[in-house]
Amino acid sequence: MSQVLDTPPPTATPGHPSDDAAALAARYGLTVSGARPTLPEYIRQLWARRHFITAFATAKLTAQYSQAKLGQVWQVMTPLLNAAVYYFIFGVLLGTKHGVPDYIPFLVTGVFIWTFTQSSIMAGTRAISGSLGLVRALHFPRAALPVSYALQQLQQLLFSMAALVVILLCFGVPLSFSWLLAVPVLVLQFTFNAGIAMIMARMGAKTPDIAQLMPFLLRTWMYVSGVMWSIDKVLSHSDLPHWAMVLLESNPAAVYIDLMRFALIDSFHAHQLPHHVWALAIGWALVAGAGGFIYFWKAEETYGRG
Amino acid sequence: MADTITLTEDIRPQDPAAADGARVPTVIADRVDIVYRVNGTGAGRGSATAALNRILRREHAEKAAGVRKVHAVKSVSFTAYKGEAIGLIGTNGSGKSTLLKAVAGLLPVENGRIYTDGQPSLLGVNAALMNDLTGERNVHLGGLAMGMSKEQVRERYQEIVDFSGINEKGDFITLPMRTYSSGMAARLRFSIAAAKDHDVLMIDEALATGDRSFQKRSEARIRELRKHAGTVFLVSHNNKSIRDTCDRVLWLERGELRMDGPTEDVLKEYEKFTGK
Repeated sequence: MSQVLDTPPPTATPGHPSDDAAALAARYGLTVSGARPTLPEYIRQLWARRHFITAFATAKLTAQYSQAKLGQVWQVMTPLLNAAVYYFIFGVLLGTKHGVPDYIPFLVTGVFIWTFTQSSIMAGTRAISGSLGLVRALHFPRAALPVSYALQQLQQLLFSMAALVVILLCFGVPLSFSWLLAVPVLVLQFTFNAGIAMIMARMGAKTPDIAQLMPFLLRTWMYVSGVMWSIDKVLSHSDLPHWAMVLLESNPAAVYIDLMRFALIDSFHAHQLPHHVWALAIGWALVAGAGGFIYFWKAEETYGRG
Repeated sequence: MADTITLTEDIRPQDPAAADGARVPTVIADRVDIVYRVNGTGAGRGSATAALNRILRREHAEKAAGVRKVHAVKSVSFTAYKGEAIGLIGTNGSGKSTLLKAVAGLLPVENGRIYTDGQPSLLGVNAALMNDLTGERNVHLGGLAMGMSKEQVRERYQEIVDFSGINEKGDFITLPMRTYSSGMAARLRFSIAAAKDHDVLMIDEALATGDRSFQKRSEARIRELRKHAGTVFLVSHNNKSIRDTCDRVLWLERGELRMDGPTEDVLKEYEKFTGK
């Protein structure tokens, strides 16, 4: 069988064939396939896919425990067991309280809120590179993927929050109206997480190696975010330079963690919060959310190459 | 070899310059190149240094640093018109599916342009479905992934389930998809994918799913989809199904467009080429 190949020149007119094609396309109103839509059009497309985004997030969450005998019970069991481990290590073994009242509620709140940001970022890093099959098979605004992964983590967190309420009440933290503040905090934190997830999704799509690097960066970030210690207590008797204190206090993860503690725990007082804390929370959410979205959209047409 | 060239040019009926109002183009591919880049193919010596090289000197050192380029589609041009059903043939790995994905806007092109009327869609939802979920939830998820609205999915739900025939042997739709036989899963996937109407429809070897009775049902469904769609592309290794459905055929070989013309002419040459 002959394998010698010869290809005819693909276009009849060798001179300016692309002009012809472009002119013909323009005459019948054809558009370039796979071109990046304008930003308003992109937002409109993304909004049109909102049901897909939520369905995909819920499906991922449900699929997670579908092989387990206890099934969806694990959604609440996993965070409860997590909290139990932290209680055992920090409350029983080490007995460290760092002078923080209600240390266990303080710690568990910090762990859950931090985990939300951490796992959103990790999932975001793999959102495109781990779903290449989907990206190459169907047409949809790609931002749906990192947003959906962040949403899955939010749903996960809501289960953790249910567990958290039980823990708080067990440790004698009274129910109060300030608990309602948890809602705006979660909305802001979700916007922040989704934005960072989109930035990481673009970087991870280009260089998948970032997924290997992220756990180390995230662990470092966790230790400076006051998950297990009170930034306010440590800063009050340390001789760190002023800029370092400002940096530690305006760290977005620390801002959201402390706001949630302020909302839920009665012994965590307003004076422990950094200055302008709500402005910081809103600012971080807006900068990361809008910036991440635009950064992700800029490379929309390149996702799927690889 | 020279006669192949003549043949191809003679039967090429769509010189863009000659097209007038009578024929409305829906897809124009203009000298399209598609290149895959594969990382870490370890070009011989020292793949760790090669990787470092790759990071430091992106563009220049690509070849030296073990990035292999696969030129999957080479300078392919064609114009598809409304009402046409176009078959894509070629031996395995000749770039048929890659070309379709690029037309659908799912793979970026290296050089050239593809112009389309609206958003062409690839018939297939496999990637969006999750084996751990029930068939029922997968119908919803797949429909939403294809861009149907919640209401549309709800409306078509019963139709999709009936068409797939999943419930013929008991209530299987409420079981996770991982419990399905491969045939059942393929039937459900096809039924979900075929539930939507498309302007430009592309079918990638989807006809050979399921048992005999399901194949007949899906062929009928594809004819129906063709009626609603402006243009249909069909990738298949089954020359009979190409003859049955297509009036024009593009023959790709090693990423190059070898022939473009009426079904019978191209298939005759192709069968000679493959030694059939």
